[in-house]
Amino acid sequence: MKFKSLTVYLLVSSIFLLCLLSILKIMSTLQGIDFTNLNISQNFILGICLSLGLLVVGNKLNHFIKIFSFTSVFTIFYLYINESAPIWYYISVFIVILFFSHKVKNYNLNYLKEDFVSEKIIFDFITLFGIIFFAFVILFPFYIMLVTSFKTQIALLVNPLDFSLDFKKDLSDLFKSYFVIFDTYNFGRYILISSFVSIGTVIITLMFAIPAAYAVARLNFFGKTFLSSSILIIYMFPAIVLVIPLYTVFSQLGLRNSVVGLLIVYTATTLPVAIYMLQGYFKSIPKEIEDAGIMDGHSWFGIILKIIIPLSLPAIASVALYVFMIAWNEFLFSLMFLDNPKSFTLSRAIQYLTGDAETPRQYLMAGSVVVTLPVLIIFIYFEKYLVSGLTAGSVKG
Amino acid sequence: MSDTLSKIEKRTAYTLLLPAVFLVFSIILFPIFANIWISFKEVSLKDIRIPEPRAKKIVKSISDNNSELKIVYKLRNSSLIQKISDIEFKDKLPSNVIPVDLDSRCEFKSKIIKCQFGEWEAKYRENFEVLIKNENNNEIDKKVIKSQKPSLSGKADNILLTTNFTLKNFKKVFYENDFLDLLLTTFYFTFFGTIGAIFFGILAAQLVNQNFYGRSFMRSILLFPYVGPVVALAYTWTLLLDPNSGTFNALMVNFNIFDEPINLLGQKYMVMNIFGFELKLRLALTTVIFFEIWRYFPLAFLFILARLQAVPKDLYEAAEVDGAGPLKKFIHITLPQITAIISILFMIRFIWNFNKFEDIFLLTGGASGTRTLPINVYQQGFAISDIGMGSAVSIVIVLLLIIFMFIYFKLIGRKANEI
Repeated sequence: MKFKSLTVYLLVSSIFLLCLLSILKIMSTLQGIDFTNLNISQNFILGICLSLGLLVVGNKLNHFIKIFSFTSVFTIFYLYINESAPIWYYISVFIVILFFSHKVKNYNLNYLKEDFVSEKIIFDFITLFGIIFFAFVILFPFYIMLVTSFKTQIALLVNPLDFSLDFKKDLSDLFKSYFVIFDTYNFGRYILISSFVSIGTVIITLMFAIPAAYAVARLNFFGKTFLSSSILIIYMFPAIVLVIPLYTVFSQLGLRNSVVGLLIVYTATTLPVAIYMLQGYFKSIPKEIEDAGIMDGHSWFGIILKIIIPLSLPAIASVALYVFMIAWNEFLFSLMFLDNPKSFTLSRAIQYLTGDAETPRQYLMAGSVVVTLPVLIIFIYFEKYLVSGLTAGSVKG
Repeated sequence: MSDTLSKIEKRTAYTLLLPAVFLVFSIILFPIFANIWISFKEVSLKDIRIPEPRAKKIVKSISDNNSELKIVYKLRNSSLIQKISDIEFKDKLPSNVIPVDLDSRCEFKSKIIKCQFGEWEAKYRENFEVLIKNENNNEIDKKVIKSQKPSLSGKADNILLTTNFTLKNFKKVFYENDFLDLLLTTFYFTFFGTIGAIFFGILAAQLVNQNFYGRSFMRSILLFPYVGPVVALAYTWTLLLDPNSGTFNALMVNFNIFDEPINLLGQKYMVMNIFGFELKLRLALTTVIFFEIWRYFPLAFLFILARLQAVPKDLYEAAEVDGAGPLKKFIHITLPQITAIISILFMIRFIWNFNKFEDIFLLTGGASGTRTLPINVYQQGFAISDIGMGSAVSIVIVLLLIIFMFIYFKLIGRKANEI
């Protein structure tokens, strides 16, 4: 039993350490350091030695003395095995090994005798590894997007691995791609159009959705159950089946290539989910408050304006943010409807730029950063509202 | 009394609902029905433009003092395939200016030249001339004449509104379009994309449901791919995976994991040798599926996390007392608690992945074996310009969707209400 858990511990912990060091090595390679070998087998053995040492010493030494001495020794071993590199890389290796030694502080020879210990070890390390894995996999493309926008096409073609930034350069040199996309490629205009369309969609959607949601939530009328159950079904129908008829009709009405056409379509496609989210919230408002409003002689519109809207501001905010993000990120309709660069939205403009094979990639990535950044900032800042919006509007996407 | 109140209530309800219902009806429901109509017609992209009569006005001097002028109207039918009938032409002259020897099709009344041109065949062209002169032999300002634009109107058949129907489109969809391959690709993409997203969603939710430093930060990061604009993310991936200068391939070759760069998005098959068996992997499709999983597992994560946080803690404590290990706890407590939400997620994601267009379009454009049904709608309708075919494929999508939704409401509609 003890032997089994010992083996599991050694294997799992050293695989974990190996992954950490490999990720560090990959990231350092992208800073222009010339590594060509992950040294898997040697670093793996090193990891087993480190884990075993830490386990055997256990609580016999003061925790800090223990991890610092072990880390120093093993960093030196690691440097001896691997290629030479600048000093900051050694420091990062030291920090990674220190982190690792600190994480395994709970494990000692007595702990390995407990029940289910091998399962626990696997779960613990999967958790640790999972966090680092997910963070790495998700952030890596965003990192590449950001860093590419500061590099030049030629430098990247010469060495696609060198993403190091030269901060000694002029700031205007570093941000050159951003100046270029605003000066030459008109991105200022596209940002304005995208903002106008997104904010317009939010306002019109709310104007239509609030009264409708109120009616669905509170009033009795013929066809109510049918309507409320068909809202979500309508929402499930995809944009791609609407594209051809809307394209033909909008062409004939002259609404194609116009911001108005986009506004109409975006509003209609976001309305069902907005109504669905809002009516759920309206139902949770106590009916007595409205009855008091009726007593005071308010009309239905007065009740909506003076009672319902002030009481449901959080829900309205989350609907607004959710609709804004859908409209800002929307691509299919802007691809189909807009073919005049004068009325492009940001997404369409980036897609248009990629159509030209000669557009240098740093401009594309700078454009991508420009379209992504507002959404991410809004998301981080209003996360609380947005997460509830995402859960309620579950089906989009 | 109560009767009138309920009447008022009904009327208010309808007024409140009308704008939203009208908009949704005209932009979402109407096109679905219009699709049926178009799918039975032979229409191509260029037929959509309604033919209209056009005129270009040229003013020429014929006398020295410009008291007489010649106006040439270059008339034409804008359509190359359709005729226009009942064409009416109108142009206005300044006061004191009258036409001379006006064409028999026209008449001059209260400063307006009005002509009935009757019918124009497709590609029709004519140079229509009018002589004008000033009654007092004064000079006529050419610019004034030039700035007045003639107006034309006419009736043309809208090809979309005629009643010629054909089954050709559907025949083509099923027999000339590699329909089986199309369907299989769509199902591969949908199924594996859904399963993968749910798998990673469970994993991530299980992680974030534990206590560790920076947990809420981790939760925000996990949602980044889902909230980011698809255009930016898809192009970042294409750059990353580019075989010639992409970072991914460069890294792999640098660390000797690949012998040579692999075109992950442009290669249809990859032959793999596993235990002597030759396996043909649909490479580009697999890459696209991975992108799909990367982008949409956050949604599954969010839902499962919400459910996990609602699981009572004492269940786990009781299990611990009974001597259950982490694996048993996961299988016997966590999994049963999340099966309902997983089945709902599966259906929702399945339907949405089935309709996914942007991601594949931006990554591969439907090339190298990634042609799914939605991509085919675009290819038929806009790349080949066959609107009728595109509509027919849309109809196939709608029919399959209705089947899925039927299954969804039959199987788990009741469960969905319980949550």
